[in-house]
Amino acid sequence: MTMTAPPAPPNSTQDPKRKLSPAAKRFANASGTSLGSILIKIIMVALIDATAVFAIFTAIGREAWLIATVIAVITVVINVVYFKKGWLPAKYLLPGTIFLLIFQVFVIGYTGYIAFTNYGSGHNSDKADAVSALLQSNQERVAGSPGYPVALYTGEDGLAMVVEKDGQQMLGDVDDALAPVDPATLANYTQLKFADLLSRQGEVTSLKVAISDDPAEGTLRTSDGRTAYQYTSSLSYDRDADTMTDQKTGTVYTDTGVGAFTAQDGTQLMPGWSINVGFDNFTRAFTDSSIRGALFSVSVWTFAFAFLSVASTFFLGLFLAIVFNDMRMKGRKIYRVISILPYAFPAFLGGLVWAGMLNKDFGFVNQVLFGGAGIPWLTDPWLAKFSVLWVNLWLGFPYMFLVCTGALQSIPQELSEAATIDGAKPFQIFRLIKLPLLLVSVAPLLISSFAFNFNNFNVIYMLTEGGPRLEDAGLNVGSTDILISMVYKVAFVGSQRDYGLASAFSIIIFVIVAIISIISFKQTKALEELN
Amino acid sequence: MSADTTSTTPKLNVRTPAQPGRRTFGKWFATTGWRHLIGVALCIYAAFPLLYVLSASLNPNGTLLSSNGFFSTIGFQSYIDLFHNEQRPYAAWFANTLIIGLTTAAASVFLGALAAYSFSRMRFTGRRVGLVSLLVVQIFPQLLAVVAIFILLTSLGDVFPALGIDNQIALIMVYLGGALGVNTYLMYGFFNTIPVEIDEAAKIDGAGHARIFFTMILRLVAPILAVVGLLSFISSTSDFVLASVVLVSPENQTLAVGLYSYVSEEFTSNWSVFAAGAVLAALPVMALFLFLQKYIVGGLTAGAGK
Repeated sequence: MTMTAPPAPPNSTQDPKRKLSPAAKRFANASGTSLGSILIKIIMVALIDATAVFAIFTAIGREAWLIATVIAVITVVINVVYFKKGWLPAKYLLPGTIFLLIFQVFVIGYTGYIAFTNYGSGHNSDKADAVSALLQSNQERVAGSPGYPVALYTGEDGLAMVVEKDGQQMLGDVDDALAPVDPATLANYTQLKFADLLSRQGEVTSLKVAISDDPAEGTLRTSDGRTAYQYTSSLSYDRDADTMTDQKTGTVYTDTGVGAFTAQDGTQLMPGWSINVGFDNFTRAFTDSSIRGALFSVSVWTFAFAFLSVASTFFLGLFLAIVFNDMRMKGRKIYRVISILPYAFPAFLGGLVWAGMLNKDFGFVNQVLFGGAGIPWLTDPWLAKFSVLWVNLWLGFPYMFLVCTGALQSIPQELSEAATIDGAKPFQIFRLIKLPLLLVSVAPLLISSFAFNFNNFNVIYMLTEGGPRLEDAGLNVGSTDILISMVYKVAFVGSQRDYGLASAFSIIIFVIVAIISIISFKQTKALEELN
Repeated sequence: MSADTTSTTPKLNVRTPAQPGRRTFGKWFATTGWRHLIGVALCIYAAFPLLYVLSASLNPNGTLLSSNGFFSTIGFQSYIDLFHNEQRPYAAWFANTLIIGLTTAAASVFLGALAAYSFSRMRFTGRRVGLVSLLVVQIFPQLLAVVAIFILLTSLGDVFPALGIDNQIALIMVYLGGALGVNTYLMYGFFNTIPVEIDEAAKIDGAGHARIFFTMILRLVAPILAVVGLLSFISSTSDFVLASVVLVSPENQTLAVGLYSYVSEEFTSNWSVFAAGAVLAALPVMALFLFLQKYIVGGLTAGAGK
């Protein structure tokens, strides 16, 4: 730009470089191929490296090997890319790509993995965690066991117990089992006074300290802060046979490969652990009649909702665009601004406000417009579907109005003039000339609008929460639920969370979306060729 | 509606010569009067729910039922109550929403601009593949993977609490993961409209790539930066799915999650306070929207829709 700029007086504001703010100027001067730029780069990368090294050590400390490895790899890649000469595109692409790979690409793949597990309520962790959780629960005092004199201390990890056992001072807290302690370490802790004991009574009585790393040995607990007793679970775990035995009833629970210890009569000990269940979730989705029915009706409604939303908003928008596209009309601007308001209103609030207005007993629509009639706008399956479409029309028609207005105005006036001379009637001009031209420019937007509404979670969930509930479904699914809200409800709403099944549903949506996209890409290409 | 469209269009294109002098009401109605009729109906449909919220918010201690009297009482008590509810810290929600929205917007504009610059100005092996895979990736919205995101953050949070569940940094990072796919294409097209000659001239003058990018290109593409920033601000502030899964404790939540809990937990009794919250939450977004209407519509036509 400096080359082509006309000669200007030295201090002219025409010169773009003069308009730079001081900060930008400093940055500009520093970011050339100068020493300054190299320095900035080194400092930035050094900061990243320092954070990464800290993070890697933290991860190793927590035995999170995978996380440590991933961070190490990312750090190495960053260093290589920014210190290698050349590779300019990589320098620009890397920051965004890292986020994209982790939080978009990886999580999609991870969804695929979870879809093949029984991850969910009661199956949250691995088997070792489940075993120790089972042994921690249902604990009872070992009959006739001796009491240990105990002293309570507070440290970094909260309360700790110090007992005399086998002639040694042993210390343990909620995370760490009893271990011999030397006086120097003990100096880091402070002993609880009697008054503290009273004020922290709840904490003291709930403190469980594992006697050793073997969960079967049980824990030490104290009720008065002076004497601790050994508690063991009524369950006992046989490591070699891999069975849990209930000492009281004698029932033997075995690992039958379903992710929980199961007795012969089918009762399971919870919590279990997450295991790979193969295509189980998909089989359930397509063969279990209570799920299959819900999945089918939700899928059909998702398509109907997306299609009807696009169609209704488009036709209303087109109609309005035609009505207001008359130069003789006064006040068009005011109408236009007011009609855009719903679009500017945040969609989630729109859903909540309409939910109030359409409330059956107290809402404005029933009370004022229908004179106190109790029309179940949101609780009748069909009326709820209508309401959802109605609210989405309210939210979405301004967009189509704007788009259609723009498209109509960009069609050259000469075309319709020429057609009029050729004897075409106004309606023919619209149908044969304007509409096809309009569709060519608007079609891609209709498709993206369809894709958007296909996953339009907010309007559904804020208005009806997907309800009213489908009665014959084995899942918490309602008649206005679309696929994405079904995924959300199966995974996160209610006490029974089934991440595995929800992920399987996600994968099904992925497949549907992929198919639609392939078709629509081909379709838009065809439309472009038409033009 | 399509029937209406077809029946009214003929009148549209009738080229009536300008008629000087007086016109009868009938004639006026036939040309533009009926359009005003539709316009008024449209305004009622579009603006009524908004006026309703406004009136409900000005109705102190209003329940859902008593909010039906349209502007029958005027009072600002609900706006005061809104900020004095310790279980529902509205001020914190508002601040969180702003912080998360602004950070996400700024960072995604930056990441997107970096990527768009390299795709637009550099030729390298894998460029086409990169563009196509971005197109493919953005087909699959992030919220489909919400379960995996939740589990990923849960296990990350065991190691680094700052990146775990109930942390806003984690949520921002998740949003940034979705930023590149959507925004790069929008920006890429705009970057291509800036003549390459400008870069070349600067290069001859001795400017490096970073200098060209930060001091020249970024200023020339400012309009698209504004659009992308605004779009990602709006989409991150109105997101419910990811925010509700990641942010658990009330003081960390955003407006979308918080106001939803307002309605879902005490639906009819606290309606006026909710309405006040809704008005305050909507005002900045609506003002911004109407102010920047032209740019947004332009950006939307290029990208996805509502």
